[in-house]
Amino acid sequence: MSGRFEPPVTETSEPFWDATRTRQLLLQWCVACERPIWFPREVCPSCLTSALEWRPASGRGTVYAVTVEHKPQNPAMADMAPYAVALIDLAEGVRMLSSVVGCPPGDVGVDMAVTVTWEALSDGRHLPLFEPARA
Amino acid sequence: MRGRAAIVGVSDAVSPTGELELHGRALEATVISEALADAGLTLADVDGVCHSTSSLGLAEYLGIHPRFTDSTNTGGSSYEVHVEHAAAAIAAGLCEVVIGVYAATPRSDRKRGGGGRGRMMMPGPNPSAEWEMAYGMRMPMGPYALAASRHMAVWGTTPEQLAQIAVSTRAWAALNPRARYQDPITIDDVLASPMQSSPLHLLDSCLVTDGAGAFVMTSAERARDLANKPVYVLGAGTCHDHLMISQMPDLTTTPGVVSGAGAFRMAGIKPGDVDLLMGYDSFTITALLHLEDLGFCAKGDGGPFVMDGKLGPGGSLPMNTNGGGLSYTHPGAYGMFLIVEAARQLRGECGARQLDSPQIAVAHGSGMVLSCMSTLVLGTEAAL
Repeated sequence: MSGRFEPPVTETSEPFWDATRTRQLLLQWCVACERPIWFPREVCPSCLTSALEWRPASGRGTVYAVTVEHKPQNPAMADMAPYAVALIDLAEGVRMLSSVVGCPPGDVGVDMAVTVTWEALSDGRHLPLFEPARA
Repeated sequence: MRGRAAIVGVSDAVSPTGELELHGRALEATVISEALADAGLTLADVDGVCHSTSSLGLAEYLGIHPRFTDSTNTGGSSYEVHVEHAAAAIAAGLCEVVIGVYAATPRSDRKRGGGGRGRMMMPGPNPSAEWEMAYGMRMPMGPYALAASRHMAVWGTTPEQLAQIAVSTRAWAALNPRARYQDPITIDDVLASPMQSSPLHLLDSCLVTDGAGAFVMTSAERARDLANKPVYVLGAGTCHDHLMISQMPDLTTTPGVVSGAGAFRMAGIKPGDVDLLMGYDSFTITALLHLEDLGFCAKGDGGPFVMDGKLGPGGSLPMNTNGGGLSYTHPGAYGMFLIVEAARQLRGECGARQLDSPQIAVAHGSGMVLSCMSTLVLGTEAAL
C-alpha cells in the first residue's frame, strides 16, 4: 500500500471508481455530442445535457508532458520519489493527469506510448497509472 | 454605463419541500441552462462568468474560456455586485454575454452527509482532490514543469534558455537594495541548483517571502490635481481557460494570448510600444510564455529571444526591473508587485534601476497554474 492520498468518491464518479475494482478504465461520453468527457461531471461541457454514459476506454495513450518530482508534494510519498507525473493523452481524445511507472522516471518522455496499469488503493479500488507500451 | 447593459434571461430552482434533487455544479448547470434558454442564447455565446466562490472552477466545469471573470464575494449581496461589475464590463467592451449563478442546498446536504457544502457555498466536490492529488504532483510547481516539458519537446527550448531569464532578472535585483537576493548568478548556477520538478531547478523558481502591496485609484480628473504623476490605465484584458492543468487546452499557449490582445487593443498599442514588461515570473517558464503570448516574439521563439540578455539592464525589453518573483519577493500572489513597480518606473522613482523615461508599462498577471491571465497597459500623461 502506497502513501498516496486516496481520491474521494462522489455520486457522479462512483461508476468510474467501481470499475477500477476490476481494473477497468471507463470514460464518460456525451450521447448527444458523441464525445468523451474528462474529468467526470454531471453535464456535458459542450451542450449541457445530462444524457451521459460510461463506456470502456482502450487504456492506450501517449505522454503529452512529463515532470519528475524529486520532492513529493505529499510527505507520505517520500519513499516513492523521484517519480514521474505526466499528462496522458488517451486514444479516445481526452487528457488526464497520471503517473508513469514501470521504467526509470527519467526515461519517460513526451510522445512515449503508454498503457494503463493499476495500483491498489486501501478500499478495493485501484488508481489508474500508466506504463510504457510493450511493442 | 447607464443604459448600456440589460438582464435578458433568468431562472431559479426551488421546491415546496425545501429540498432539491440536484446539488452542487449539477444544480448550477441546470439553472444556467434554463436562463440561457430563456434568453435564447447558448453556452457558446458566453464570454463572462460570475461566481462568488470560484469563477475559474465553474468555467472549467462548463468548458468555457471567459474573458471577463468575477469571483467577488460580499456574502448575500455578491450577486448584485456581480450584475454591477458585469454591466460595467459590458459597457466597457470587455465582454458581451455574462452568466452569474448561485446554488446552495444546506437542507439536503445534511441528509447526504456531505459535510455542509451548502453552508460553505462551495458547490460539489473538488475535482483536484479526486483526479490530481493522488499522483503527488507538486503544487504549484508541477504544472509549470509540465508546461516546460511540453515547450521543450515541441519547440526545442533548452534549460539554458530558461536559466537566462533567471540570470537577467537577478541582474535587475542587483540594482535593487530591497531585493531578497542581489548577488549576480550565471546560467551554470541555475543549472547546478537542485532539480525540483524537472526540468525546473530551484533557481528557475520564485521565492517564498513575506510581502504586501496596495494601490489607490481615482478618476483621471482628480488624479491630475494630486501630488504624483498619474499612471493611467490605458487597457485591460483577462482570460482563463482551465483550473486543473489537465484541462489546459495547450500547455505551450496561455490565455494571455486573449488577455494581452484585448488590453493592447484597448490601449491602442503594439508590443514594440512597451517600455517595461512586468510579467509574472512564478517560474522561468511562466515568463517565457508571457513573452510569446503577448506577442513580443513568435510562439516557440521565446528561448532564443531571451538569450542575448535583452530582458536585463541595458537590454531592449526590460522585464521585471524590481527583480521579479524570482529575486525580489514572492509572498504567494505576486500580482500586486507588478503594478507597484510599473507605477514607480513610470513615475521615475526607481533609483539605480530606473529606466530612461518610460511611457508605457505592461503588468501581466498569471493566476493559479497558468490558468487566469490578466493584462494591464499602464501609461504616463504622454501616453494618453
